[in-house]
Order: sequence, then C-alpha cells, then structure tokens
Amino acid sequence: MTSFLARLRPFCFPLAALLLFEFYARRAAAGSDAIAPPSAALLAFGRAALDGSLLQATWFTLASAALGLAIGGVLGVLLGIALGLSKRAARWSNLAVEVLRPVPSVALIPLAMLVFGFGLRMEFSVVAFASFWPMLVLTQAAVAQVEPRLLEVSHVLGLSATQRCFKIVLPAIVPRLFVALRLGVAVALVVAVTVEIAANPNGMGYAMMIAQQSLDPALMLAWLGWIGVVGYVINAAALALQRRVARRMGTLP
Amino acid sequence: MSLRPTSLWIGPVGVLVALIALWWATSHAGWVSRVFLPTPEATFASLHEGLLGGELAAFTQATVLRMLEGWLLASIAGIALGALIGISPAARAWLQPTLEFVRPLPASALLPLAISVFGLSPAMVLFVVAFGAMWPVLLATVHGFANVEPRLLEVARCLQLGRAAFVWKVGLPNALPDILAGMRLSLTVSLIVAVVGEMIASQAGLGQAILLAARAFRASELFAGIVLLGVIGFSSNALLGFVDRRLLKWQTP
Repeated sequence: MTSFLARLRPFCFPLAALLLFEFYARRAAAGSDAIAPPSAALLAFGRAALDGSLLQATWFTLASAALGLAIGGVLGVLLGIALGLSKRAARWSNLAVEVLRPVPSVALIPLAMLVFGFGLRMEFSVVAFASFWPMLVLTQAAVAQVEPRLLEVSHVLGLSATQRCFKIVLPAIVPRLFVALRLGVAVALVVAVTVEIAANPNGMGYAMMIAQQSLDPALMLAWLGWIGVVGYVINAAALALQRRVARRMGTLP
Repeated sequence: MSLRPTSLWIGPVGVLVALIALWWATSHAGWVSRVFLPTPEATFASLHEGLLGGELAAFTQATVLRMLEGWLLASIAGIALGALIGISPAARAWLQPTLEFVRPLPASALLPLAISVFGLSPAMVLFVVAFGAMWPVLLATVHGFANVEPRLLEVARCLQLGRAAFVWKVGLPNALPDILAGMRLSLTVSLIVAVVGEMIASQAGLGQAILLAARAFRASELFAGIVLLGVIGFSSNALLGFVDRRLLKWQTP
C-alpha cells in the first residue's frame, strides 16, 4: 500500500499545479489570448494529433536532431580519438578548441540560414556544430583514460595504428561513448527546437511559435507540453541505453 | 631556459594561425562564395568599424548585460530554491521528479509563452533568460544538499545547529562545487537564451544584429557578430574558471 502511494507521489505536485492553473485560467483569465486552461490545451493536442500536424512536426524535429547528432557525433568521436591518442596533437589543438567551442551554437543560426536557406539542412548543420563539441571533449577524455597497459599490449603485439584503434581503443571507450551520446542527444534536441523557434519555419518549435502568433494559447500550451514529453522520453531512453551498455560491458553504471 | 616556454605555446598558436590561414585561403581562392564566407580581413574591418564608430559596441554591451543580469537572477533564485528543496528530504521526494521532467525542456521553448503573457519587452527576454538559466543551478544545488556527508549531519545535530545555521555553515559550503558547476552551465545557457530572445523579440543586441546582417547578406558583419559572441563565451568561461579555482582552493589540501 505504501509503495503504491510512493509511486503516486511524483505526480502530486504537477497535478496540483495543473489543477490550480486550470482554475485560474477558467476564472480570472477567461477569454484570454495569452493563456488557456490545460483542459483546452489537451483538446487542442488531440486535434493536432488527429490532423497529422503533430506527427509531421515531431518527425521533422527528431529527424534533423538525429541527422545533426550523427554528423557532429561521428566527427567529434573521430577527432576525439585522434586527440586522445596523441598527446602532442591534443596539446597543439587545445587552444583552437578552447577558442571555437564557446561560440554559442545559436550564433550560427543566421549563418546557416544564409548558406542553406530554410529547411532541414540549416537545422542539422547547427545541431551538428552544437553536438560536435561535447562529443569531441568526452571522447578525448575517454581515450585518454584507456588503461595504459592495454596500449602497451598493442605495442608489444606490433599492432598498426588502425588495428590499435579498432581492437583496443574503441572497445575500451564504448561505455563512455554512450555517456557522451546521452549528453549529445540532450544537446541536439534542445538546439533543434531552438533553431525552429528562432528561424526555421518547420518542426515543433515553429508550430509553437505560430500558435502563439495566431493567438491560440491552447495549441501553444499543447505544443509546449508535447515538447516537454518528447524531450523527457528521449532523454530517458538515452539514459536507459547508456546504463544497459554499461552493464553489458561490466563497468560502472 | 627561454626555449622551453616558446615550444610550449608555438604549437597551439600555430594550429590556430593555420586555421585562420585556411579560412583566408578558402575565401580568397573562391572555394566558398564570398556571400557566405567573407575574408578574415573584411571581418576584421567590420569588427573594427563596428566597435569604434558603429553600433556593434552598444549591441555587445546590451547582450553582455542581458546575459549577466539573467545569470545573476538565475543564480540567486536557483540557489535559494535549491537550498529550500534540497535541505528537506520530503520536499525532494515530492518535487524532484517534476524538476527532472522540466530539465530537458529547451529554455527557448518558453519564449512563445512568455511573449503571449508579457508581450515583446526587454523584461520578457530577461525573464526567460533567468528562468532558463535557473535550472542548472537549481538542480545542482539540490544535488549538493542531498549529498551532504552523513557525519556532518550528525555533527550539526550534536551542535544543535538551527536550520538557517545548517544551511549557511554546512549545506552551502558543501554544495559549493556543485553550485559553481551549475552556475557555469547556466552562464552558457543565459548567453544562448539572450541571443535567441534578441532574435525573436527584436531587442537591441548581438542576436538581432547578426540576424539582420544575414538577412541583408552582409556576411562580414555577420561574422563580426559571431566573433564577438565567441569572445563573450570564451572570456566569461575563462573568468568563471578562474573564480572556480579561487573559491574551491580550500577543498584541495
């Protein structure tokens, strides 16, 4: 009985807040163009789900986030392995990385707009830039922490650089790569939605912007909630994947 | 003696110079259209002109102020709320799931909601910056308070410390590393949200400046803005890293 109650506990606060908001929006802010009660948002959500706009916008955002993450991630991991293996390369490129990394990814939105116009390409290029840096830094750190004796073994065995990379380093850093991937997923989603809100007329972020501009607060809140749910589910899935890999590889959770 | 320091910085600077040379060669050889990629000289000229006589200096100041104000508000609110929630296990049990749910939500997704509630004003952008940047600090503070060494709790009980004294003398110093890490992340978030806010709410600042430059195909001004945003990100990060080391000196024996 107590465990059942404990399970319900996480939902109490959000439910209470939603009820309060519902009450406030119905009483004090009835007919407002700015906010709407959650029940109206739920109805608007149902309509968006039925007419297909929900699926289409969600698909666009997730596809560009995934594509950008794939490009930025692969580049980041490759460069990270290179910098992790060579102390000199790491020291030499350190300054350039430290200078380029703090450039806020949103600063590239206008540039991407100029180069690619609106659409999928501008969005995934910004996402790729944003997810490149955490993947690079985390991969580099992971490679630098590979057990030195493993690298000595590869020397003794006379493995070539490629063999050393694929047989020793990559298997050794897999659990940490999935930690980096989890972080990359979070970054990619946030940046994708941000690009849509700031410029790109596609996807969930834009749908939310347009709902606000057409004074449809119910639909806007529906999108806000949906973006939250999608983000939560995907982040939870990435975390579960990371833990699963860590367990399979027999390392720290 | 004098050779050693030179060999230390010549490599990193060399890589950075090589990257700029690559940029120079790419733009001069016309591999990428000048419409998208201005020459380094043109970018520098725009930077020089904008900072001395143009509006760029004022825009930079506006963006930096917005970022810092939002960050300060976020830090104060985040530490206060985080301490309130973190000190009580009951509050953690009831509220933390909700906090974890909101965490992956992109801060910029709140912009449409804030626009419809507050209208297009500087205060609205500041609110969203502060709200978005509050989460890293808040969650880090809760985490820091939740992981106070049990023996310190016992000591506090033996000394009969009151709640306020406990927060001030045990909780906050203990959570300080977490809080500083959270504040670091939150500074990055505030710069990003400030730029996005300027873009969509047309507030004077670098975000608006680079968006307008891109729309007018003035690539050199766009790059000048991107460079300035990079400088802001780099210097704020470096400054905070310095403060970090100063404040946490007592922790490393």
